[in-house]
Amino acid sequence: MDRNELIQQLKEQIIKQLNLADKKPEDIKDDDPLFVEGLGLDSIDALELIVLLQQEYNIKLKNAEEGQTIFRSVSTMADYILEQQAGSAN
Amino acid sequence: MPEESSVHITSTALIRNNKVWEGETLLFEGDGQGMDFLHSLYENLDINYPKFFKMDALCKSGTAAAHVLLKNFEKEQYKPEEVGIVLSNKNGSIEADINYYESSKTFPSPSLFVYTLPNIVIGEISIRYGFKGENAFFVSEKFNAHWMYFYVNNLMQAHPIKACICGWVDVVDEEYDACLFLVEQKSENGINFTAGNLDILYNRA
Repeated sequence: MDRNELIQQLKEQIIKQLNLADKKPEDIKDDDPLFVEGLGLDSIDALELIVLLQQEYNIKLKNAEEGQTIFRSVSTMADYILEQQAGSAN
Repeated sequence: MPEESSVHITSTALIRNNKVWEGETLLFEGDGQGMDFLHSLYENLDINYPKFFKMDALCKSGTAAAHVLLKNFEKEQYKPEEVGIVLSNKNGSIEADINYYESSKTFPSPSLFVYTLPNIVIGEISIRYGFKGENAFFVSEKFNAHWMYFYVNNLMQAHPIKACICGWVDVVDEEYDACLFLVEQKSENGINFTAGNLDILYNRA
């Protein structure tokens, strides 16, 4: 799966996992902030995103502090997933 | 200390048997079941509160009933600390408890966990409208109008509560039963706030 496909998949998964029933994937821009002024996610949503990474990509966040950077946008999430997958493949 | 006659039930909202009532007026009748009913209710009542979709069924039910109850409520005439909420039900947060338990067999869901207390519905209503007054949630076999009257009346006497949302919000097996009352000290309109009137209004449908 290339980066663009992963970004599209992530948008669909975020909408499903976080019950954003009023959103469509095209409403979420790749680099929009996920929290506060962007999608308006909150701290519980952050925990759900951690679950999503574990459930769908088998990635466990080692340090919760990293979340702020990883979950800045869908782009940063995709980059982190690709980086982790590349790391585990080597 | 307010006299009994100075306190009135100024609005009622009822969600029962797939129907939504504001006082005597039928606002909506749905043909779907469970979440389908709640989501069609959301569209039809123009609730326009995206957080609704994240809530468990109990909070959706309470939020929808509060939306109907407070349609004409002029909350600006009260300070946030002057509006209380007292709710009750039979089944606590059983649906959310079961859903969370099921999720915990694989990946426990934080967003399900946060709804595993019945009083969260009070929090959701408070957040939406900015209420900060006293609140309480009671679990009892059936709606106890005398206890509700006693407790709310006491809040209005002993605390700076001038308006109170009270009533019953219950969900079990995708059956919704929400009956809310808005009780106000400032208003001369409405029905006298008594246990008897609460009982009559609760049992009307």
